[in-house]
Amino acid sequence: MNTWWTLTVGGFASGAVYAALGLSLVIIFRATRVVNFAQPALALLSTYFAFTVNQVTGTYWLGFAVAIVAGAVLGALSDRLLIRPARAHGELGSVIVTLGLLLVVQAVAGMLWTSEPRSFGYAFDFRGLFSAANVFAVLVVLVTAAGVLLLFKFTSLGLRMRAAAFAPEAAALAGVRVGLMVTAGTALAAAVGALAGLLAVPPLLYPTVLDGIFVYSLTAAVIGGLDNPIGTVIAGFGTGIGLSYVSGYLGPELVTLAALAILVVVLSVRPHGLFGRGLARRV
Amino acid sequence: MSLLLRHTLLALAALAAVVLLTMVVDPFTNVRIATVGYYLVAVAGLTLLTGGNGQISLGHGAFMFIGAYTVGLLVIYVPSFPFWLDLLLAGVTAGLAGMLTGAAAARLHGPYLAGATLGLAVGLPAITQRFPDFLGGSNGLAFTVNSLPAGLKVPQTQWQAWVVWTTTLLVLVLLANVVRGRFGRMLRAVRDDEVAAALSGIHIGRTKIMAFLLSSACGGLAGGLQAFLLGTAAPGSFSVALSLSLLAAMVLGGVGSLWGALWGALALVYVPAWANDVTHSLDLSTNITQNLPLAVFGTVLVVVVLVFPRGIHGAFARLWQSVRKGKP
Repeated sequence: MNTWWTLTVGGFASGAVYAALGLSLVIIFRATRVVNFAQPALALLSTYFAFTVNQVTGTYWLGFAVAIVAGAVLGALSDRLLIRPARAHGELGSVIVTLGLLLVVQAVAGMLWTSEPRSFGYAFDFRGLFSAANVFAVLVVLVTAAGVLLLFKFTSLGLRMRAAAFAPEAAALAGVRVGLMVTAGTALAAAVGALAGLLAVPPLLYPTVLDGIFVYSLTAAVIGGLDNPIGTVIAGFGTGIGLSYVSGYLGPELVTLAALAILVVVLSVRPHGLFGRGLARRV
Repeated sequence: MSLLLRHTLLALAALAAVVLLTMVVDPFTNVRIATVGYYLVAVAGLTLLTGGNGQISLGHGAFMFIGAYTVGLLVIYVPSFPFWLDLLLAGVTAGLAGMLTGAAAARLHGPYLAGATLGLAVGLPAITQRFPDFLGGSNGLAFTVNSLPAGLKVPQTQWQAWVVWTTTLLVLVLLANVVRGRFGRMLRAVRDDEVAAALSGIHIGRTKIMAFLLSSACGGLAGGLQAFLLGTAAPGSFSVALSLSLLAAMVLGGVGSLWGALWGALALVYVPAWANDVTHSLDLSTNITQNLPLAVFGTVLVVVVLVFPRGIHGAFARLWQSVRKGKP
């Protein structure tokens, strides 16, 4: 019972991180219909910026702000320079281009900051079963998810972003600046990704730190339906708790394979995720 | 001349060329030649899957992992098996794993499939921590493969290069015939339009699973050859970066082309070597040496897809066509 409770609470806390990175995947998928495999790389780079600012100025929150702004800028740049031209080359082309960006960014991070693990702190006290840092992570995720939902459902900006993604030509005819909307979506996604990175990285920062977390977040986003923020948050927490049980009862080295198993089982039963709606017919 | 005969003759010529080459170069270069050979097997398998069948795999490093550990375990626990049987079993084991992956993959496409196979690449090597006594933990397995026939008086590395390239060319002949034959046509039909393929009586799921089986068997064989060559199998060598590098090699060579796989395999061996030389001569730090190949492969993925999607082989093919047209 005691172990069970510890695992559940711990899983809930790490689920917040998966939900956050999963949300950033959902936002960019909504804005561009592309799954951005470079999302963890942009988050990684933003977190390294935060690390450097922390080291130079000694304040956590300045680094925090810098990371989020850097995330947005990197997101906008990656859209204009890479993802937009790649979309002409189909699903496979955009997957490969974003993977290329992932490799480049990880390599550059390794060159600039070395592959050695660097210590990277928490926002708040991290001691205890459900610490202040955990509360902060959960709150951030819930607020972000609510914000994203409100943005897409109830604001004119959100409507224009959705229109630009789903029917670019019709949206352009109706006066939506499609290019700008897509870039805005990518920037927003990368800013949320940076936020996820700041929550996910502590205590140690190294170039491949987000690889595993990316797999769990992708699992959460795909289970959630890839364009459903609420589904992704629920799936994120669910994945966190489920994987925490696997880690506690079966062994931490099996966690990634368990995530893979969850992904495959869910997609076999519901090919568009638990909360997603598939197209009626693909030809 | 039949297709099989033509491919076999071409392979025999290539083998003769490799054997001659190994006689004149030093042992170090022989290891590099052998390395090109096993990477070629892996990239050729990947190009069959992605170019031929339109499925993407970010997990081929995991199939190499399976192959390498199969050879390692067989050498340690069943020393009576000849090395060629070990290699064959490496391909079979990875092929079975690939069949399982393919069964899941048949229902996925594009980014979903990429995500699932990425999970395999990240997760599978960690299994060594689960069985530290059996699989050697993060240090992996170390073993000696004594394969040199008693009567043969050649250096070990030369013999290894011959074995690797004989296997490689066998696989290539097989793949070349598969691609050109009935099954290859089925693969391409499924890639181009699943609905039309199904209406023509092709079983979509079965075809996709078969593609994954063949492709992952190549991956496993490549891993087995690597273990045979190096005498080690460690989880650190089968990282996500390896899987993505294989993908980069395939894209660079030209997706779907077996010749392209050769250019890609050469790049996999010589780009890191070149990065090492450059950083050494410029006196740069090891951080740059270690990361430069990845940066190059990442750039390759981006640039090739955006600027010349048919890769090196596409450029050669165009050149060849214009040469032929130029003739009277």
